Formats: sequence, structure tokens, C-alpha cells
Amino acid sequence: MSATLPAELRLTHLQQLESEAIGIMREVVAQCERPVMLYSIGKDSSVLLHLARKAFFPGKIPFPLLHVDTTWKFREMISFRQRMADEIGFELIVHTNADGVAQGINPFDHGSKNYTDIMKTQALRQALDAGRFDAAFGGARRDEEKSRAKERVFSFRDAHHRWDPKNQRPELWNLYNGRVNQGESIRVFPMSNWTELDVWQYIHVEQIPIVPLYFAAERPVVERDGVLIMVDDDRFVFDEGEVAEQRLVRFRTLGCYPLSGAIESTAATLPEIIGEMLVATRSEREGRVIDFDQSGSMEQKKREGYF
Amino acid sequence: MDLLRLLTCGSVDDGKSTLIGRLLHDSQLIYEDVLASLEADSAAHGSAGEGVDLALLMDGLRAEREQGITIDVAYRYFSTSRRTFIIADTPGHPQYTRNMATGASTCDLAVILIDARHGVLAQTKRHSYIASLLGIRRVVVAVNKMDLVGWSQDRFTEICEDYRSFAKALGFGESYFLPMSALAGDNVVDAGDNLGWFDGPPLLEHLERVDIDVGVDLEHFRMPVQLVSRPDADFRGYAGTIASGVLRPGDEVVALPSGLSSTVERIATFDGDLDAAGPGRAVTVTLADDIDVSRGDLLVTPGSEPQRAHDLDAMVVWMSDTGAEPGSSYLLQTANTVSNCAIRSVRHRVDINTGAHEPAPGLGLNDIGHCVITSDRELAFDPYSSNRATGSFVLVDRLTNATVGAGMIMGAASAWDRTPDAALVRQRSEISDTERAIRFGQQPCTILLTGLTAAGKSTLATALERELFDRGKVSIRLDGENVRMGISRDLGFSTQERSENLRRVSEVARLVNGQGLIAIAAMVAPDRDVRQRARDLVGAERYVEVFVDTPIEVCRERDPHGLYAMADSGEIPRFPGVSADFDRPTDADLRVDTSTQDVDECIDAIVRMLTERGFLRGPSSP
Repeated sequence: MSATLPAELRLTHLQQLESEAIGIMREVVAQCERPVMLYSIGKDSSVLLHLARKAFFPGKIPFPLLHVDTTWKFREMISFRQRMADEIGFELIVHTNADGVAQGINPFDHGSKNYTDIMKTQALRQALDAGRFDAAFGGARRDEEKSRAKERVFSFRDAHHRWDPKNQRPELWNLYNGRVNQGESIRVFPMSNWTELDVWQYIHVEQIPIVPLYFAAERPVVERDGVLIMVDDDRFVFDEGEVAEQRLVRFRTLGCYPLSGAIESTAATLPEIIGEMLVATRSEREGRVIDFDQSGSMEQKKREGYF
Repeated sequence: MDLLRLLTCGSVDDGKSTLIGRLLHDSQLIYEDVLASLEADSAAHGSAGEGVDLALLMDGLRAEREQGITIDVAYRYFSTSRRTFIIADTPGHPQYTRNMATGASTCDLAVILIDARHGVLAQTKRHSYIASLLGIRRVVVAVNKMDLVGWSQDRFTEICEDYRSFAKALGFGESYFLPMSALAGDNVVDAGDNLGWFDGPPLLEHLERVDIDVGVDLEHFRMPVQLVSRPDADFRGYAGTIASGVLRPGDEVVALPSGLSSTVERIATFDGDLDAAGPGRAVTVTLADDIDVSRGDLLVTPGSEPQRAHDLDAMVVWMSDTGAEPGSSYLLQTANTVSNCAIRSVRHRVDINTGAHEPAPGLGLNDIGHCVITSDRELAFDPYSSNRATGSFVLVDRLTNATVGAGMIMGAASAWDRTPDAALVRQRSEISDTERAIRFGQQPCTILLTGLTAAGKSTLATALERELFDRGKVSIRLDGENVRMGISRDLGFSTQERSENLRRVSEVARLVNGQGLIAIAAMVAPDRDVRQRARDLVGAERYVEVFVDTPIEVCRERDPHGLYAMADSGEIPRFPGVSADFDRPTDADLRVDTSTQDVDECIDAIVRMLTERGFLRGPSSP
């Protein structure tokens, strides 16, 4: 036993989190038959993608990336997605709930709850079933929301993709049990122990490309119930009297543009964003409209299979 | 900046959730809108009256919020300018042992909360025991609710002394004791005004400064191979996370189980090759030679190799509603392998409130017990106390795939518990037991004369042998000292070696009994459990225990070889009756005392008993 760790061997907390995540990803590839990575194009997904490149270097990422495209994503997200696929060379699966499109489901007419259920939750299930995936990586973190504080790294889902809080496996040390029976699957969260600040610092240190929407810029927005919604295309349905105005805004989380709230900010660089973080007065989920429904709503969504 | 993973132990009543809420709140990382939603929640569920109930922040799932208790491990995150922290928050009730074990498994430090009004309780001992069992060596004992005992220094000192006296056996390093009021905030982040008599740093400052490198093993290199990376014909690398030790290009490594060795060529990472990599780092290693290495192998440095065995002694925490019994089989998952295993026996269960060992037929939910586990493949491992990563495992139910148990390896199982090679076949004799009994005029048995050194065991054994011989009986004498000159020449006097010596004598006695002969063993045999094993091995119906109960003063006086003097001076360590326990037999078949009975009287008594039990005659006539 040695009492002092030489400086060259000492890992920073980001390096420790990185090694932990890499170990988790490798374990899934070793244990599971058909893993997939859920790729939302957001900053957490960008970090996850970067970690996957590191985990399997010098090899290619040994699983496809799956994007559930609701057709209402920011246009910049879609172009960013294509750019990443071209530059990095991963296998990309894009899935859209065709039934939902045929029914004309949209966030303006059908409410965030129904829309999310059909275009995201159901679409995700369709894609996972179609691919017969037994493991799906996600970028969720335990610090995001109260109900996630107890989430496992390997989160077990039954054949209907349901999460049963009473039926989760104990996780000790770094021993992860990824065994499933036919039809069952696990969701795997390699970044469970990261915080939002860790994510931003890591993006900065590693120079990870992210969608430009995270940086402040003049953008056309409508203020609705105190939330700034960006008018990203001509499908935007204005309420009576509403007009788009140019404001200096950025996004802390990205999703479907009608459901993603922007914040007013001048932070146009990573250090500025991190600076804002440190004096943050609003946690990141405030921008997600679906969380306003009711207390405990995220827990409810998880039981139903929402990521 | 480095990372400290800590465990908070205590119940809701100890103010644990309030403490964590306070740490997060006062280090100003609770976002305003989370606070706003807390205030709304507090109105519905809160117990703190006016103001925010900090405890609510800690309880995640809705059902738990309504029940008002925390029933799982919740992870919390905060950082200061010096350090990043991950808190594993676990509930304190006995039925949540598994959760606490889970939380403790990844932590380096435990904060043990004690309510100043109640002092050290059974649950304090439970938490400390589990933390110690899971390998936590740094502890903060936080005496909370000092406001409710009038900030009394005497009360604090009293609790510290109580804690120290029971925690001695737990193997913690230097513990930090601190008085605190999580509710008022004193000594959490800031010192506050009420504990002026205490001059140590507040909790947060201590957590920021405590040395977290202690116990990092840089000497014994271990890397479980997770994946073999072969992106093209030119590259073959072994991906894994270094569990302990340091690796540099040019180092020689051995792959287990093959035992083949090679030299490290590159430590490849996405960010370029490394000159050195230490514990916790995920790397990909290439070797100079094309030796066969695959997932499940362990790369180690030569000369400091781990142990290898099929049969393990382990402490197991049971985590499933369905209990474990001897014979139950599972998948055993370690850092590098999955194998089939069975629980051979449950040696004892631990009463987690007192640390006492108690016999148990099996393990139920939240039980902790010492088990002997047999794996169908040879495992390479280190004792958990020296390496958490290579000394731990989980047990998985083969049908449901649920994780049902977690184990900490103590070592290879003693030979008592080892399974003979399955390929071995027992050769039978052509002579029946009855034929032997007729020939010898006796029924075989094993007489164990147990007692302190110089109690007179060997003298009695020799005299008994003579007496039986004169009566025409056939016996074999196995003297503890004599066997140490031969079949046990490799053994010393540790607890384990004494146990092994008795095992060998018992095995010989069993063979001898099988040939119809009487075995007379004279051994100290100080350990009750080990004598029980001898009884089980020989067969209770053939086993006769004679306790040579000569008072220790008399033994000391006799002491023909001066052993007691050497034991007193420490020259002989762990000497039964002096520096180690001698468990007095309470269920011996016969007790004799050579200080009050002469040899003939003792032999008469033994022979009488053997006669009564029918060992000294042949088969009764039909």
C-alpha cells in the first residue's frame, strides 16, 4: 500500500466520471447482444457520443445510434445530427412514429402530454421493438430531477418497456447485471453520476461539438405563459395577438422546438455558459414544459416508458 | 479537483436528510425553482412547520414522500471549490441493510449520525458494522441535534467515548468526531455560534480536506479484461479499468487463468498513448506477444498474483425475498467472470446490532452471513479487505436474472469446505464392517482428548492406548505433537493452522475407523466450531469428546517445555488460554481433571464410558 498517489496518476473528478462511464459502456457491449444508443442530439447525447468514441477507440462505435424524430425538432438539431454522422461515421437509425404523423399529431393541437406520449414514448418503443434491442444507452443523470436520484445505472425494463421502481436490481461496486430474458431490456445511464456542471465542464475541456442553439444569439421567440418559445419554422401556430420578436436567448435543454423554453442570456461561449451556471437561479428542467403537469410527473412518465 | 464518495448513515429521526439538505442548501447549489417547488411540497407533506423542510429534498419517489421514509439509495451531488462530492444516502432501518450495503460499496467515507439525545444506539452499531464490512475505513461521527442537549460538551464527550469503545474492533482509521446541529446549521458548513468549545473544522471543511488517497493500492496491478478490441488486423488491445496498481509500457504482465506472460507495448487511449496509468483509469492495453487473452481474464503483475480457488469463504449480504440455503445455486458475477456457483454452507449469520455470530440454516432478506461458496470455475481473486474490485461479487438468480446477494471474499475456503475433484471415485473395501467388528471385538470410534497445553492429554492418550491394547482392542493413537512432526509438518499455530491440523487428524481418524479401528486423538483443539466440524466429519455416532479440564494454574505449573512462559512474553503468539481463547467444551461426553484424578481413575472413567456406549464389544450374537 502506498500512501501518496503520484500527481501523474491522479485522476480529476471529470476523468473519474469519464472512466466510470467508459467502463459501463464496455460492460454493456460485453454482456448484451444488441445495444443501441439513444441519441437526442442534445448536449448530454453529445457527451455520451464522445464517451462511446473513447470507450471503443481505436475501434468504431460497436452499436447504432437511434434518434426518435418527432418531426418537430429544431432544424439546427437535424443538420447537426447529419454533420456528426458524416464526421464521426456512426450507424444512425432515425425513427418517426408514422401513425402519429398520419394522424397529424402535433404539439400545438394535441397538448404536450398526448403529443409526447405518441411521438416520443410510443415511437421509442416501436424503434426498440423493431431493432430487438436488449440494451439502450441514455444520457440521463441522477441530478436532473428528484425521481432520478435513485435510478440505477442499469435500469431494468419489462417486455412492455415499463419501469417498476420495486423491481430494480441492487447495484454494488461496479458490478452491473445486464441479464435479461426474451423481450426484456435495460436502459443504461453511463452518466448517472454527472451533474449539469460536470457536463458543461467536460464539453469545454474535451472541446465536444454541440448544437449552436446552446449559445446565446438573436432568435425569433414568442413569450407564452412566461416561457420563451422559438419560432423555428412556419408550422408555428400563433395565438391571437402573438408576434415573434428577436431576443438574445439560448437553450439549456433541447427537444421539440414548441416545447423547449429558451432563457434570455448573453452567454455565447462555454466559459460564459459555465459562468452563468455557477450563479444559476433556475434549474435546467424549468425549460421543459412537460414537467409542469403535476408534482411527480416525471416518475409517472418513466413508469410508462418515457426516457 | 478530486472526487469524494461518501455515505450518510442514520435514520430520518437523526436528522440525516436535514443534514444533506443543509449541505446542499448552504453550499448554495439548490436552484431557486427547486426550492420553490419544495415550498409547495412542504405544505402538503412537510414536518418542519414554517419554512422549507430540507428533508423533503432527499426523498425521491412519490410513494416514499407520502410514507415519509426513504427506502432506497439516493445519490446527491454537490461541489465546492476544492472538491466534488457524491453522497449515497441510505435509510437506517434494519430492513434496509441491503440498501446501506449497496450505498457503502462505492463509498470511501461514512458519516455516521448520532442523535445527541439518544447516544450510541443499536442502529449506530449496525451502520458502523455495515460500513466496516463494506470496506469503508474513514468515518465521521457526527453527533447531531446538539441544540436539544443544550450544546453540552459533557454529553458530546460521553457519546464519543461510547462510540470509541464499541468501534475498536471495526478497523476504522482515525475517526473524526464532531458536534453538530443540522437544523440550526452549526458545524455543517460554518462553525456557528453555539459550539465555541469545539475547535475542529465543520463537517464540510473536514470533507474537503480529508486525505482520500489512503489505502490506494499502487503495488498490485490488477486489470479485469472487459473486451478484446480488434478493429483491424494490426491492432489487438485489451480494454478494461485498472482495479489497482500502476501500469507502464515495458511492464511484464501475466494473464490469468492461462498464466502466460508478456510485456505491455502501449496503453492506448483516444487522447493518445499514456506513459503510466493508475487505479480507476479505463484503458486499452496492447501486449508485445500474441498470447491468448479474452474477456474474463485478469491481467496482473508477476510476483504479486491473486489467489485462485474454486471454494471461497465470503461474507454475503442477502438482498432477495427468496432466501438462500445450503445447496442453492446461482450465477456468480465478479469483476471479470461469470460462473455457476452453489452455497455449500452458511457457517454463521451475523447479528448486525451486536456483531455476534449465530447459527442459521440459511440467509433471509437483509441477513449477513459467512458462507462457503463453490464455483464451477477457478476464480482469481484478492481478499476484499485488500482489494474491493477483485474481492467482490454478486449472486444472480438464474431464472429471474435478479441480483439476489452480494459477497465479499475473505479467502479460499479452508480444506474442511473444499469439494473433492468431481472425477474422483471412492474405492470400496471387500471386507464388511461386521466382519471387522467380529475380528477385532470392537466397534470403531474416535476419542478426542481436548484441553489446554500440559493438561495431561498425551499422558492419558498413551495410557488409554495401553489399556485398550491389554484388553485385546486395536487402536491407533494420533498425538497432536506427533502429527506436527509428520503429516502436519507444514503447519504453524495460527487459528487456521490449528484448524487444519485437527482436520487432518480427523480425516485420518475417519479412515482408521473405516478399517474397524479405534482412534485416540490428543489435541488442544481450542475452537468450538472446529471441534464441531471434527464431530461432523467423523460422524457423531462414532465421536467421543473427552474434556481434560485441568485448571490452567496446574497446567502452568507443570509446563514441561516452558511454553506458558514463552506465551506470556509474547514469544509464542495466540496461545490458547493465554493470548487466544480456549472455548471450554460444554457438551463433552466426559470431563476429567488430572489435578484431582490420577491417571488410572481417568482411564477407568473413559473405559467405562466406551463400554457403556458399546464400542468395546463385537456385534451382539443373533
